[in-house]
Amino acid sequence: MNGSIFVNLPFIVVAVLLALGFYTIGFKRNLIKVVIGVEILEGAVNMFIVALGYVKGGYAPIYTQAPPEAAGKMVLPTPQALTLTSIVIGVAVSALMLAFAVNIYKHYGTLDVTKIRRLRG
Amino acid sequence: MMEHLPALMIAVPLFGAFTAPLFKKHYREVSIWTIIITGITVVLSLLLAKEVVTGGIMVYVFGADKPTLVLPSGYSVPIRIMFEVDAMSVFMAISATLMSFIGALYSYSHVERETGLEKYYALLMLLEVGILGMVLTGDLFNLFVFLEIAGIAGSALVGFRNYRGEASEAGIKYLMVSSVASLMVLFAVGILYGQYGNLNLAYIAKNVSFNMVDMIALGLLFTSFAMKCGAVPMHYWVPDAYTEVPAGINPPLLVATYASLYALFRVSFTLFANVVIDLARVGWIMSILGVLTMFIGVTMALVQKDVKRLMSYHAISQTGYMLLGVGVGLTVLHDPSKLAEFGRDAMAGGVFHIINHIIYKSLLLMTAGALFYVTGTRNLNEMGGLARKMPITAISFMVGAAAISGLPPFNGFASKLLIYETSYRLNPLLTVFAMVTSVLTLASFVKVFASAFLGPPLEKFENTREVPKPMIIAMVILAALCILFGLFPNLVLDKLVYPAVDALINFAQYHSWGGLA
Repeated sequence: MNGSIFVNLPFIVVAVLLALGFYTIGFKRNLIKVVIGVEILEGAVNMFIVALGYVKGGYAPIYTQAPPEAAGKMVLPTPQALTLTSIVIGVAVSALMLAFAVNIYKHYGTLDVTKIRRLRG
Repeated sequence: MMEHLPALMIAVPLFGAFTAPLFKKHYREVSIWTIIITGITVVLSLLLAKEVVTGGIMVYVFGADKPTLVLPSGYSVPIRIMFEVDAMSVFMAISATLMSFIGALYSYSHVERETGLEKYYALLMLLEVGILGMVLTGDLFNLFVFLEIAGIAGSALVGFRNYRGEASEAGIKYLMVSSVASLMVLFAVGILYGQYGNLNLAYIAKNVSFNMVDMIALGLLFTSFAMKCGAVPMHYWVPDAYTEVPAGINPPLLVATYASLYALFRVSFTLFANVVIDLARVGWIMSILGVLTMFIGVTMALVQKDVKRLMSYHAISQTGYMLLGVGVGLTVLHDPSKLAEFGRDAMAGGVFHIINHIIYKSLLLMTAGALFYVTGTRNLNEMGGLARKMPITAISFMVGAAAISGLPPFNGFASKLLIYETSYRLNPLLTVFAMVTSVLTLASFVKVFASAFLGPPLEKFENTREVPKPMIIAMVILAALCILFGLFPNLVLDKLVYPAVDALINFAQYHSWGGLA
């Protein structure tokens, strides 16, 4: 297996997801889809951080139960902890955004972002 | 006791936030509880300021007593979350606690007709936690977490009046901006972590090499924080959010915006301070962004008819002054003679303007809230002749308007004069724009004063009275601070602002955890 492409594959996926997320936020007219765009962005960032800490063929970072050959080949645990925190925050953000979307639909009768424009000036 | 102050600053309001929902349906009690908790944090922040100004940087490591203690032994980098409190953090912390207290006091009467107040106060304290965490932390990931806490709590409060569709519209806009900004911050944190294997601000700052990837990280951090502090061209969320939020939340929400400004300064001064060559360029970008922000903000304010919306555009415009002042300082950071000559004063002007602006803009937005409270409208064309009915509100408004326009002897004058004097030394054109902006600001506030307070008394406001006492007290405290800071600027400058500026300039001190490492 040729190394470089496969090693960098997660980062290429991250770039694609980032582009997709920004596109969805910028060009989709349905508010729910815009929320999905933010979620895609979040997925991209989380994946980036997890990919940073991954070692190919690495061991789980549990010191007390690691076999001797695991020394120096452990997956970095910190990025995974960071990602867990970020996922939890992301759930709160998306819940709040969807709640706002529901409320907007109640008052405006539409989810089209070009029509939700009572605040202007 | 004293050494635990940084942790208590977070723990006390967090405790308050989680106990507030227990006061279900007891709205009087929950607001008094919030006033007590925020009052305690004001005292704590003043104690912390005394400690830091006399004793230097305070480092609080969670789970160890000093940052150099690391486990497993032989490991030589800091692995714990730590709070690093220098004079700049303390300066912001005082603003945050003071404004949360004022906001809680004002809310006591302002939102008494609404329902679900236990959640309102819980979110208010959570917003305070977010701001305090952002300004006290010395850890990049922690910064992201608190940024998100402040963003979520803030946007939930913006959408608090959920019977109005506009509130939800403003709320989702604010949440969208803040979550995208925070995600990009997290991305930048990931980039830095990937290179230096650490999240500690001081540790990364010591090792930063400023290669291509670091530049991307700096760019991402800079844009995200500029986006969250309402600099042009990402300012569109500011008027919506400030207009729709209940007026009692305006003071803490303003501080939340400036906490992002603080993070911007922290990133450019502390994190990338060792990078000599490109810093002047970053400083120029910041100054020009400042000038653009102040000018575009004020021109859009001139045409507004909604009183809170008008004031929100002025908030954008005033952010420009801070960016300009500190940007001028950043441009000459690595040039000792120029720094002593005008750079330090420019930064003092910018930093002093933060607290001044927070005070007078909160005052103005609260008077707008008072107008809304008695008239039920925010449209300037429907108001008139209210000065007779609401004398204290009218006087508070006059004080705030004079302060924002930079008239002596109010506090806006003190900081704006510092910015004028010093930006002139860098490039006179910057000063010209700053002064024109100031004149336009005065013009638009004269308009507000004339149409809301002067003129013949309108029949429909026959029975209006002055707003309730807690709102008056909150406004009078701020008006008094405006005059106090204007008459005795040296008091604040020497005790708080210059220590804060020196903390930003002496980044080596921050990098070494105040001499511990």
